[in-house]
Amino acid sequence: MSFINYLSREINCKIVYYGPGLCGKTTNLHFIYTKTNPEAKGKMISLATETERTLFFDFLPLSLGEIRGFKTRFHLYTVPGQVFYDASRKLILKGVDGVVFVADSQIERMEANGESLENLRLNLAEQGYSLDKLPYVVQYNKRDLPNVASKEELHGLLNPTGVPEYEAVAPTGVGVFDTLKAVAKLVLTELKRGG
Amino acid sequence: MVNPQMVMYEEEFNQIQVLCDKLVRESNSRTVFIVDKNGQLISASGEVENVDTTSLASLTAGNVAATGGMAKLLREEEFATQFHEGVKANVHIQLVGNRVILVVIFDARSSLGLVRLRVKKSADELNQIFEKLLRKVAEPGLDSPFAEITDEDIDNLFNE
Repeated sequence: MSFINYLSREINCKIVYYGPGLCGKTTNLHFIYTKTNPEAKGKMISLATETERTLFFDFLPLSLGEIRGFKTRFHLYTVPGQVFYDASRKLILKGVDGVVFVADSQIERMEANGESLENLRLNLAEQGYSLDKLPYVVQYNKRDLPNVASKEELHGLLNPTGVPEYEAVAPTGVGVFDTLKAVAKLVLTELKRGG
Repeated sequence: MVNPQMVMYEEEFNQIQVLCDKLVRESNSRTVFIVDKNGQLISASGEVENVDTTSLASLTAGNVAATGGMAKLLREEEFATQFHEGVKANVHIQLVGNRVILVVIFDARSSLGLVRLRVKKSADELNQIFEKLLRKVAEPGLDSPFAEITDEDIDNLFNE
């Protein structure tokens, strides 16, 4: 749910990075955090376990500039990917304006990708959202690893509706900003439509 | 529209700000802020200069969401009030109208009893302001300010 403040002329939107455990959601946010000018970002918050697995969420507030005198601010969140944190994932999806599904390209993670995507659809549906109607992009992460599925296979399995998709190597930033820009653009286009 | 926007107009914003300022004074607290349930900061008052209000807002909303999840599991409607006691600072969190969150940060200059009393009164007023605001937003003819923007405007944002 975007938040428009006429007084401070700000528009705030919420983007959630979803995907199976260890697919690189937090790494995406880390890269964005390290490569963004200090004045355009807030503090990055990670609620993680001692072994640095996301426990509740990561949070990164970001300013993307002005449109017609309105400052655009995006709040980026990740969900915990591990299967048993489903209750937390549902909470984080509340009020979402756009979703990035981060897939792990490794062949052995195909089942986990499929399960996570199904879980995303279900959790959105529970709150009255449909993934097909939300601003939504897919990122195929870990393209630098040896044992990866082809882009065509990933597309067939994870992107049957043909939303914008990007290949990525999150630790070095390949595809990270392309993904963010794509989803932010879709969110703003949706706002333009009055969604 | 599955996902209605939260819109804040000058009139209601000013009323909310006055309410926050008053609550800071009357409860002898350090900081008061109001957050929507999705973690967006709506208003802040008191000692806010050295506080990362954006992060606090997001964490408060996460906290309230988690507590709401617990309530659901225990078949409770909600746990509307939370209190965190620290050494130097205490935090009182109140869910108002299941819509916004009223957060009061206070120290030894105040007390939980006083804060609770003042929060209760402010919560009623706040609820009325938000009900009025929601009716206003639901009125037909109030278009999104973004209806006027073009695809080019959006593209330009990313080309800079």
